[in-house]
Amino acid sequence: MALPKYTEPHYRIWHYIYLTICGAVFFFLIAPLFVIFPLSFNAEEFLSFSDGMKRLDPDAFSLRWYKDMIYGTKNPWGLAAKNSFIIAIFATIGSVILGTVAALGLSSRHMPYKGLIMAVLISPMIVPLIISGVAIFFFMAKAGLAATHTGIVLAHIILGTPFVVITVTATLSGFDHSVTRAAASLGSDPVNTFMKITLPLILPGVISGGLFAFVTSFDEVVVVLFLAGLENTTIPIQMWTGLREQLSPTILAVATCLIILSTLILVTAELLRRRSERLRGINR
Amino acid sequence: MSSETKQILTTDGIPLEVSLKKAEKKNKIKAFLLVAPLLFFLIITYVFPIGDMLFRSVDDKMVTQMLPKTFKAMENWDGQELPDEEVFAAFHEDFIKLVEEKREGKLSTQLNYTKNGFKSIIKKLRRASKKFEEGNYKEQIMSVHKRWADVEYWRAIQRRAPEFTGQKYLKGMDMYVNEEGKIVSVEEDRRIHRVLWLRTLEIAFFVTVFCFLMAYPIAHLLATLPMKYSNLLMICVLLPFWTSLLVRTASWMILLQQQGIVNDFFVGIGLVADDNRPEMMYNKTGSYVAMTQILLPFMVLPLYSVMKTISPSLMRAGKSLGGTPFIAFWKVYFPLTIPGIGAGCLLVFILAIGYYITPALVGGASGTLISNQIAFHMKSTLDWSFASAMGLMLLSGVLVIYWLYNKIVGIDNIKLG
Repeated sequence: MALPKYTEPHYRIWHYIYLTICGAVFFFLIAPLFVIFPLSFNAEEFLSFSDGMKRLDPDAFSLRWYKDMIYGTKNPWGLAAKNSFIIAIFATIGSVILGTVAALGLSSRHMPYKGLIMAVLISPMIVPLIISGVAIFFFMAKAGLAATHTGIVLAHIILGTPFVVITVTATLSGFDHSVTRAAASLGSDPVNTFMKITLPLILPGVISGGLFAFVTSFDEVVVVLFLAGLENTTIPIQMWTGLREQLSPTILAVATCLIILSTLILVTAELLRRRSERLRGINR
Repeated sequence: MSSETKQILTTDGIPLEVSLKKAEKKNKIKAFLLVAPLLFFLIITYVFPIGDMLFRSVDDKMVTQMLPKTFKAMENWDGQELPDEEVFAAFHEDFIKLVEEKREGKLSTQLNYTKNGFKSIIKKLRRASKKFEEGNYKEQIMSVHKRWADVEYWRAIQRRAPEFTGQKYLKGMDMYVNEEGKIVSVEEDRRIHRVLWLRTLEIAFFVTVFCFLMAYPIAHLLATLPMKYSNLLMICVLLPFWTSLLVRTASWMILLQQQGIVNDFFVGIGLVADDNRPEMMYNKTGSYVAMTQILLPFMVLPLYSVMKTISPSLMRAGKSLGGTPFIAFWKVYFPLTIPGIGAGCLLVFILAIGYYITPALVGGASGTLISNQIAFHMKSTLDWSFASAMGLMLLSGVLVIYWLYNKIVGIDNIKLG
């Protein structure tokens, strides 16, 4: 941001102080993530930069912890990753279907008690996770679903739907309903109209809601801690146990993989957001 | 002309008004049917279980069911003098049954919660009761231990008669009902929960303040920079936002450890001696630093979306009317950002007050919050009713804030990313 030439000196100083503060905050936000990356290639077992690493000695770096992550004996990461993906995928599908359908109803201007119902649908996002965890555990224990994949998937659907409801409702707020009426007047039945007209238009919102639901499930640990048995271990649970007991570099290797995954998700979400803005711009 | 002939009819001959109402009703039902699957799913799996927590937190049927005859006999007892033979006989009958079912241990634990000293006298009573003769139980029970002849202990039993109790809530506030039935605080050195509540509020408050102070300048920068630069910088906010909470906590554990990079840096610039590295993790500092960084995006995003809508010409107008940049900022720009500040602060506060994972990993003993205590009672002591009570106390606090949020921002206006 360039300052105009006539700016007085002391405002100029203020401006540079302001930019320095901003730089420091951005550094504070992003730098911690980049600590993990080099340390995961550490050849030694310590979680700090060895002298060799500081000299950029190639021998100080290795893929040892990545090998340990994949091939390590009695390593839980394989099972955990499998469980995490299965649970997250099913939870995402469930959240997207339930959430999108509910959002369609909610954005209808005929919906009665909109505020109250919206408050209930969003509540899992607002209520502290620990309370959700206790409540869901009581339910799953009664229903005999504790320590099962089904139970965890259902729990994650509960936690994921608010995100889908919010994003899809937001997308629908710019939706031109005359296109669905046009479809209906041309003889299309409601299901066909939804699949051919509405869904393609709101798809960016649906997918970004789905991404939120996926990340929520994939990253969720509080509720799973209550629900999971040994068989249902997930990546967050393994990380949690690892971080509590002993910080090993293998965890950093896993963390690096997770950062790459989140970067991919971020890029997808950003592209979708821009596409959605473009689509809605056309509608207006 | 009469009013009937004035009515507009549809082609089917039905009055338009009726027809419209019918269509309206149909639309309402249609909209509701779309919402219904999710609504009922959440009510069954989520709303009811929270109600179940409420029930569990006040449920005190255990003792009521263990001593049914005793409490029936106690109905006529005024609680002044020792109860008469009828009560003792009933108690003996209940007690023998419990011994047969091997449940007298549970009774002693429960009664010990109400008044200390029940454990040993119930053990003594169990042994003695085998040799009891029929009749005159009052004398026999009282001879087992002098406490059985103390009216205080019988009053303690009587206090457990109701099926519901608010006791767990009082315990959550470090209070209890004393012998006279008055609500009093526990001794100063045993007040653990009040400390935790205050600490939770304190940490949530300061994390919110720190987040606000750090988020405001960068949100402003993001909103005023040209698109191509701000999009790049936005990644710095969004990447942590999308990254796993545990990964971010792990990175703070690496940074803040005693041989960690932050400490190395402090030693390097000569701020601390190498042999006197400060402990920055497993205490409050750890909780503050890590929670602030983790929750910062939740403050930046609402602020950014509000600042984005403020036209830069407003600041120019303020300046051209004779205000210095600071006055123009304070009088024009800042008031316009208040909705964003409200949204961000409430969001961060709500999230911080219920935080569990990060404080448990980097907070140590002095940096843990009320959530950690709830998890402890759920998993370790298995006092689920107490965990429920504390959870609901926390929840009611959050709901008040949520209600405020709804008043100020409106839940429909929550924006994500």
